[in-house]
Amino acid sequence: MAQIFPPVTNTLARASIFGGVFILAGLLWVFSTVDRSSYVTQVGVVREQPVPFSHRRHVAQLGLDCRFCHTSVEDSAFAGIPPTKTCMTCHSQIWLQSEMLEPVRASYRTDRSIEWTRVHDLPDYAYFNHSIHVKKGVGCETCHGRVDQMPLMWQEETLHMEWCLNCHRHPEKYLRPRDEVFTFGYEAEDQTTLGALLVEEHDVAAATTLTNCSMCHR
Amino acid sequence: MSDSIRDDVSNGPVATSGLPVLEPGHTYSTITDKISEIALTKRTSRRWLMGFGIGFTLTMVLLYSIAVLLIRGVGVWGLNNPVGWGFAIINFVWWIGIGHAGTLISAVLLLLNQDWRTSINRFAEAMTLFAVSCAGLFPLLHIGRPWLAYWLLPYPNTMAVWPQWRSPLIWDVFAVTTYATISLLFWYVGLIPDLATMRDRAKSSFAKIVYGIFALGWRGAARHWHRYETAYLLLAGIATPLVVSVHTIVGYDFAVSIVPGWHVTVFPPYFVAGAVFAGFAMVLTLAIPIRAFYGLQDFITERHLRNMAKILLATGLLVAYGYMMETFMAWYSGSDLEWSLLMNRLFGPYAVQYWALLFCNVVVPQLLWLRSIRGSTIALWLISLVVGVGMWLERFIIVVTSLHRDFLPSSWGMYTPTFWDWSLYLGTIGLFLMLLFLFIRFLPVINIFEMRVLLEKKEREKEEGEERA
Repeated sequence: MAQIFPPVTNTLARASIFGGVFILAGLLWVFSTVDRSSYVTQVGVVREQPVPFSHRRHVAQLGLDCRFCHTSVEDSAFAGIPPTKTCMTCHSQIWLQSEMLEPVRASYRTDRSIEWTRVHDLPDYAYFNHSIHVKKGVGCETCHGRVDQMPLMWQEETLHMEWCLNCHRHPEKYLRPRDEVFTFGYEAEDQTTLGALLVEEHDVAAATTLTNCSMCHR
Repeated sequence: MSDSIRDDVSNGPVATSGLPVLEPGHTYSTITDKISEIALTKRTSRRWLMGFGIGFTLTMVLLYSIAVLLIRGVGVWGLNNPVGWGFAIINFVWWIGIGHAGTLISAVLLLLNQDWRTSINRFAEAMTLFAVSCAGLFPLLHIGRPWLAYWLLPYPNTMAVWPQWRSPLIWDVFAVTTYATISLLFWYVGLIPDLATMRDRAKSSFAKIVYGIFALGWRGAARHWHRYETAYLLLAGIATPLVVSVHTIVGYDFAVSIVPGWHVTVFPPYFVAGAVFAGFAMVLTLAIPIRAFYGLQDFITERHLRNMAKILLATGLLVAYGYMMETFMAWYSGSDLEWSLLMNRLFGPYAVQYWALLFCNVVVPQLLWLRSIRGSTIALWLISLVVGVGMWLERFIIVVTSLHRDFLPSSWGMYTPTFWDWSLYLGTIGLFLMLLFLFIRFLPVINIFEMRVLLEKKEREKEEGEERA
């Protein structure tokens, strides 16, 4: 009787046993890497905007405070995107001929808002409030990165739930005094001591409360 | 009766009570022929086509029901407050329970050296596997978004959340996946030598290649047999605790909660007994027609049916004890809530189902005390069907009566399954049948080589008996 399988199938069979394990492990690794890659999270990817607004220019070089434009950050869930009027405070006086600023002037003329592309977009099932974070001493920089050094805006952190929980589980590692919230490049001398102190002083809830499902999923 | 007992004792469990585990007159080749011809040479019979057709049609109903469920959401089911655990959980527990007989027969009876398991273990294991597949569907669909079912597993996700280990529901995930994996391995490993037989006897080259791939190059060498025996015994050892653990954990799903009627310590053992009870009923339900259709009476003998009937009776009594304990504890606990739940079961809106359950699971199996009933294939088949229904009703009563009236009378309600509940349930029965018919058609339903071993053992015993005489 002729053989059904050529001898090479012996090797194939053995290889497939090990191959199976490695392929499974490899797939798991690929998925967890892709999930955290900037391809999925858009970390560090510059978003196309109608006007190439530079935070670096306005913050680092001209010295504007975050709250000059993001006015509601201290007392509302939403930090606020400035209306065209805010831009026109200065740009009705300077850079009048600039080609780049034409959409801003057009918006002012036609009374139609500039349609900015949202960079930090949390899913709708996650409740997030800026004001409470500011009140408890979470610096802008902690989540948004060195915005003062970004010529164009990008997302600095993944906004993954693991990233949120990282701080909700150990807020003391990230808190800063209230008057340093809007500072860029702030570094505490001794975060361990200061953090514990600030948790006390700012009346930050315990990690068990902060990591409650309904804290963010309401 | 007393004679047969003495027989049992003197000859050990192999040659017993006048009724053989293998009818006389068989040789190695007749056994191999008879079993392998079902899959290899016999033409596809009309009866098989009919059976498969029914299974296939109902499987299409299943797929349709799943599609409707996914498109319109779990609202198409009868679930609502206060009963959030309707058919999905009832059917899950029912199916998982049915699988248990397969594991018991293949693992526990193997370790106990019960020769009579040989001809029924193969399809009992297949039954386990298919029942677990049907069972697994229900919780997956019940979570509403099955495509996120992998969230049930602990893996390094971007949410930094881990399953809640204090919840029996996550224990369930592990119990059931372990059960499915071990059952599959056990069944497959046991099939390897027979797959090689099929490969060698197959006529078409396609069949040769397919059987050949799954036979993993089995040549029947002494080394192969040695490794096979070791692996099979190890798997039996691993599978044995599963007979107890899986349904214990399903019992915890209920018992760990504080809902009246569920918060009972007897639940885990009583669930296990119920599972074996339902499982053996299912084995009988399937074995009786299969042996008749395929003329396998020589291999699945009266002896098998009678033994299974005895197990059915014994586990039925255990289950009856469970019901008794539930009732007793409702009184003994001194808890008004437990007591009112019992009253609600006995005389409430679902009283008909409760009394029907007692009739099916407690009254009817008592017929098995009669030797004539144990010997009657038809009676056994009918009783096994009744038990199957009874065990389904049991899960219905457990799930629904406890939930529909709990602590707050203001949130009491009724549960009525909808068309889609029923169609999904029927659909899984169809899937089960379809898989079973495919299995019968393409794989050896009875373990060929173990039957050969059994034959040799019998002959040796006979010779020894003659020498002694």
